[in-house]
Amino acid sequence: MITAARNYLVFLRRCARIAFVGDWRYYTWMGVLTVVALFGLNAYAKQFAHGLIVTGMSDEVSWGVYIANFTFLVGVAAAAVMMVIPVYIYDNEELHDLVIFGELLAVAAIIMCLMFVTVDLGRPDRFWHLIPGIGQFNFPASMLSWDVIVLNGYLLLNVHICGYLLYSRYRGVKPGKWFYIPFVFVAIFWAVSIHTVTAFLYVGLGGRPFWNSSIVGPRFLASAFTAGPALIILALQVIRRVTHYHITDKALLTLRAIVQVSMLINVFLLVNEVFKEFYSGNLHVISSRYLFLGLHGHHALVPWIWSAITLNLIAMVILVLPLSRSLKYLNVACVLSIVGIWIEKGMGLVIPGFIPTPLGAVVEYTPSLNETLVCFGIWAFGLLCYTIFLRMSVPILQGRLAKANEGISEPGPDDVVEDAPAASHS
Amino acid sequence: MPPTVPTDPLAAAADAGMSRRSFLRTSAVLATGLAAVAASLKPLFEMEDITSAEQFMQKYYKELTPEDMKKVLARVEREVEKQYGIRPHVRDLKPMDGVEFAYALNLSRCIGCRKCVHACVAENNQSRSPEIQYIRVLKMPHGTFDVEKGDHYYASEKVPEKGFFYMPIQCQQCHNPPCVKVCPVHATWQETDGITVIDYDWCIGCRYCEAACPYWARRFNFTKPSIPADRINPNMSYLGNRPRRQGVMEKCHFCVQRTRDGRYPACLEVCPTGSRKFGNILDPESEISQILRTKRVFMQLKEDVGTNPRFFYYFDV
Repeated sequence: MITAARNYLVFLRRCARIAFVGDWRYYTWMGVLTVVALFGLNAYAKQFAHGLIVTGMSDEVSWGVYIANFTFLVGVAAAAVMMVIPVYIYDNEELHDLVIFGELLAVAAIIMCLMFVTVDLGRPDRFWHLIPGIGQFNFPASMLSWDVIVLNGYLLLNVHICGYLLYSRYRGVKPGKWFYIPFVFVAIFWAVSIHTVTAFLYVGLGGRPFWNSSIVGPRFLASAFTAGPALIILALQVIRRVTHYHITDKALLTLRAIVQVSMLINVFLLVNEVFKEFYSGNLHVISSRYLFLGLHGHHALVPWIWSAITLNLIAMVILVLPLSRSLKYLNVACVLSIVGIWIEKGMGLVIPGFIPTPLGAVVEYTPSLNETLVCFGIWAFGLLCYTIFLRMSVPILQGRLAKANEGISEPGPDDVVEDAPAASHS
Repeated sequence: MPPTVPTDPLAAAADAGMSRRSFLRTSAVLATGLAAVAASLKPLFEMEDITSAEQFMQKYYKELTPEDMKKVLARVEREVEKQYGIRPHVRDLKPMDGVEFAYALNLSRCIGCRKCVHACVAENNQSRSPEIQYIRVLKMPHGTFDVEKGDHYYASEKVPEKGFFYMPIQCQQCHNPPCVKVCPVHATWQETDGITVIDYDWCIGCRYCEAACPYWARRFNFTKPSIPADRINPNMSYLGNRPRRQGVMEKCHFCVQRTRDGRYPACLEVCPTGSRKFGNILDPESEISQILRTKRVFMQLKEDVGTNPRFFYYFDV
């Protein structure tokens, strides 16, 4: 028992150490992220001291870009299942050794989500009121309490799955199926639930017709399963370039198929929504009118939503054409879909729900500089986490950081990393 | 597993025992990092309203024993006195048995003078900067009930203007309040007399209730509220008009500090036209019961959202 604990601590220590070691590109990247994260921390300290008045939010538009980013990132986290399903249900070989990178991305995304909701709180010092047992947890009535459960649960599930698989690989033992396969399957349903519950946060509000629509949930999932795997496609190529980890083009093209289908569904659902809103012509269309066309001379969101739609449509065309089998074009399509969906979920979903107010006042919203810095800071911190996770896991998966070479110390030249083929998962 | 395991040179470097030089380097990096974090956190020193241990540990309203409550009320009095130099009288007024409040507003009479808005601000110690108001008066063109056609910011020389009617809107004290349902920490709830209240010391400021309210009745303290000391209303109640802190919600509570003490809400008292009626709906002889019984047309705002307000609008017919 004590030996096991000691071994585990040695493992953690070695992982922690390796996070601080890398070549100049690694240091530069981490340095830049740290600086941006610190700027974000500074901006948040200002907000903590003076209140949310330093943001662009108001009583009229009471949620802004924090909740928009939160919503987008829940989707990114949920999208990890789009790698898990092919591997664990359809036994896809190509993605088999890559699935963990998707799960690690989910962990980083959830960390960002939790940070985004925390910075949105007016009284972060009272977060303990949310903890069941010592606080007052309004479960099951409040959808926000469901969200607390599903997000933290999803975080734990993925931390367990990744941590267990990596530690097994580190020790060079075969992972016990019962220790992770059941969790993987729970995580598949859980992933769908995190985005559904987040959609229900909005859908459940009868006083906000723009959100009070049953298509919001399906649209969330479709857009998440487009933007998430698109992000993974890009991340995998970076991993491949920087670490020489064995990633086949075929694996990337499998993900392309997922992005392709999800994007088609996403655009189809958007068409459904736009039709219903505008053709029926009832008064509840007002927020959509503001979003797409502008209202009473206010049209701050109009350029945003049309650029989102344009980006998504171009991405869709590239994705359906054989053109996107070439990685160059696939990458373009991925970037376009990520940006398009970020705008659509953020500026296009959260903000117009508040405009006009339930009493008909049109007050627009623009994120303040301080608010934007906080957002960049959280993104930088999330990327920092993801980079560290990769920095730890890639050598473990390649067998270069293993129990067998504990204590061997032969400092080599900094940036010569051998092209080691990945050992198979199990 | 092959007998010789390939070693990651970088990993190995990380494992290598710390030399004197690397120790110095690590310490330097660490010190720089800590200094950078400390520098980033500097704005925290600008904070005016620092949470005391007592405030941080404050229990939930419904879990306070009468002894706890005594201490808490004393603390609130102390804090108000310290901040505004005036000793308030803070009570925890409970709902009365056999009482359920309702409000009725006569749209035929209201002239849109907004006296109710300002009486409410004065009575309920609302922030003057930034301005927080619980009542919003809409100037509505004849022939519509669509709030989207209303003007929120009218600045007429004289009211009422021809061709318009005026519709004041405040918390509707719903039977099915969406704000209560969505609050993740039970910081807002409906009391037995029908008033939906907020525990300002429990609210975490997520603003989900503000998004949920179909009447835009809730207000958030985006920063520390500021009230001139000579404008403080010292007659306070815990769930009512005691001064709020930065980062919490507030809204109309039918002036609990008055109405649970047998008085009318401030907005009613100030109304020059007698458009506002308030009372106990469980008492068949009350004015409010008579109005709801005898007026041919009265309505609830946004009936279609199923909130079933205790606030009615009626006409002189």
